[in-house]
Amino acid sequence: MDFFVQLLVGGLSVGFLYGLSAMGFVMIFKSSSVLNFAHGELLAIGAYFFLALAAWAKLPIPLVFLLAIGGCFLFGLMIERIFLRPLIGEPLIFVIMLTVGLAAMFKGLILLIWGGNLYTYPDFLPKALAIRFGVVSVPPVYGAALLIGTLFLILFGLFFKFSSQGIYMRSVADNQRAALSLGVNVKRVFALSWAIAALVAGMSGIVLGIINGVNVHNLSAIGLKVFPVVILGGLDSIGGAIIGGIIIGLLETFTGGYLSTSLRDVVPYIVLVLILLIKPYGLFGLKEIERV
Amino acid sequence: MRKIQLHPCGNFRERYDQELTVFSTDFGRLWAGIGLVILFGFVPWLAGPYMMYIFNMIGIAAMAAIGLNILIGFTGQISLGHGAFFGVGAYAGAIFATALHLPMFVCVPAAGLVTAGVGMIFGIPSGRLKGLYLTIATLAGQFIIEYLLVHWESLTKGTMGITLPPARLLGLPVAGDTSFYYIIFIALAGMVWIAINLMRTRYGRAFIAIRDNDRAAEGMGIPIFGYKLLSFGISSFYAGFAGALWAFYMGSITAEPFNLGLSVEYIAMVIIGGLGSIPGSIFGAVFITLLNETLRFATELLMNTGIVSQSGLNVAPLREFVFGLSIVLFILLEPRGLAEVWRIIRSGFRLWPFSY
Repeated sequence: MDFFVQLLVGGLSVGFLYGLSAMGFVMIFKSSSVLNFAHGELLAIGAYFFLALAAWAKLPIPLVFLLAIGGCFLFGLMIERIFLRPLIGEPLIFVIMLTVGLAAMFKGLILLIWGGNLYTYPDFLPKALAIRFGVVSVPPVYGAALLIGTLFLILFGLFFKFSSQGIYMRSVADNQRAALSLGVNVKRVFALSWAIAALVAGMSGIVLGIINGVNVHNLSAIGLKVFPVVILGGLDSIGGAIIGGIIIGLLETFTGGYLSTSLRDVVPYIVLVLILLIKPYGLFGLKEIERV
Repeated sequence: MRKIQLHPCGNFRERYDQELTVFSTDFGRLWAGIGLVILFGFVPWLAGPYMMYIFNMIGIAAMAAIGLNILIGFTGQISLGHGAFFGVGAYAGAIFATALHLPMFVCVPAAGLVTAGVGMIFGIPSGRLKGLYLTIATLAGQFIIEYLLVHWESLTKGTMGITLPPARLLGLPVAGDTSFYYIIFIALAGMVWIAINLMRTRYGRAFIAIRDNDRAAEGMGIPIFGYKLLSFGISSFYAGFAGALWAFYMGSITAEPFNLGLSVEYIAMVIIGGLGSIPGSIFGAVFITLLNETLRFATELLMNTGIVSQSGLNVAPLREFVFGLSIVLFILLEPRGLAEVWRIIRSGFRLWPFSY
């Protein structure tokens, strides 16, 4: 029973992190229907910004946090301005391939600058955030992740529902041409959505970095694990991303615990194929029915 | 005797099949012949062993890239699992050769067929999915195949890898780069011939129709699912054929090289070469292989001269960076790839000195 509870709590916390990482991905998809294969690298960039500022520049942590997140925001703006904007209106395949290329490029760049070693952050989180479930205790960072995740979930829910920018984003995602003809500034919507997505990704990257240490290979692997998560939750549903993340996390941990550890990493992808065959729009995704 | 066609000074085509010719002028035919003579007659005598190795790598990569181009460039189905299919071909060839003791000229096509079957299995989601969703499904296929290659130990010997017996063709031992050069390039020439002619048949036209507008294609009576599966099968056949040749050429294989990076490499070849162009895939294969070798050479040079030795600069990150950069730059600056650059150069020669 203890083992079960341990797996349950472990799976929940890992899954929540997956969901958190997937949120930025969903942001980009929701506003520009671009599948971002460079998402793992965006996570890594946030984590490495934080690392550079916290461990080497030794600035105070709150300042570091703000600077790192601001840096990610600007980085997202830059990516959109330099790489994505020339492709507005181009076929989808070029946009997808571009993000594949960007992923390779950023990964190479990070490896060139920091190398493939595992780095850790200085310890700074208050112990009060630790959660205890009977025998199992959850380290404070998961508490922080839970806080951040819930905060962003509420913020984005409100943002997409009520703010005019959020509504513009939804309209652009739904039909770019119609949005353009109704006077929505599509360029600004894209820029903003990439910037916000990079910000969220950077934040999740920092949280992941606190838990697992910072390593570009691990982070880009998580960036690919986002795909099963978002497909399960529905590609354009932020709440679905969190729930999908939790389900995938639980699945992974239980497979690792009861079946075999080597199966653990491939189970999400098997589930992914099954979901795609049975229910391609996921649990909470918007159905676009088109039978061809 | 038919009139020899040189450069016509206008468009004098009268029938539809004149549009479909492989060579629009007899100059093209002549150059293709000269190219083949140089390829088979001169290159093996002039090139050293290292150059032969590079040529062989280019030949194998070109075969796989043509396969991927049939899928991405002609049928419009983006696949991120081509590297894994290449691995399936390599393993199938190795298993046929070691467990069943089949000769090489049976193993390689058989491996291609096995891979075609595997590719069609992973193409099944294309019946319901398109675009983004299909890309994600092939990504999952890549990971599942990678997992199976490592963990299906009774078949693939896991992380140990498989060592192949020395290759023999028609009773003669095939050893050294030069004999492989002939095998690889004769196979490549055959594969290119098949691919170019495939695109002139009803199958090729159906693929292109699906790429351009799948709903219209369905409306015109093309059974989309069947053709998509066929495209997956043909594309994987090319990958598997190339993979099996690679396995024989290398002599021993492990599951390590067939990762997502390899898939991205093939996609890079297709994009850089030019989507929907068979010569383009060859250009892409040449470009990427030479890029790989140049980067390795450059890093070694830097290491030896002691400029970067202490920072432990590895070739892998630099390679990854330059790969990504070249994909990005080609998409932004020349989305139709090297094939388009080649066309511009050619028409520049044709129009010289009155180009406009």
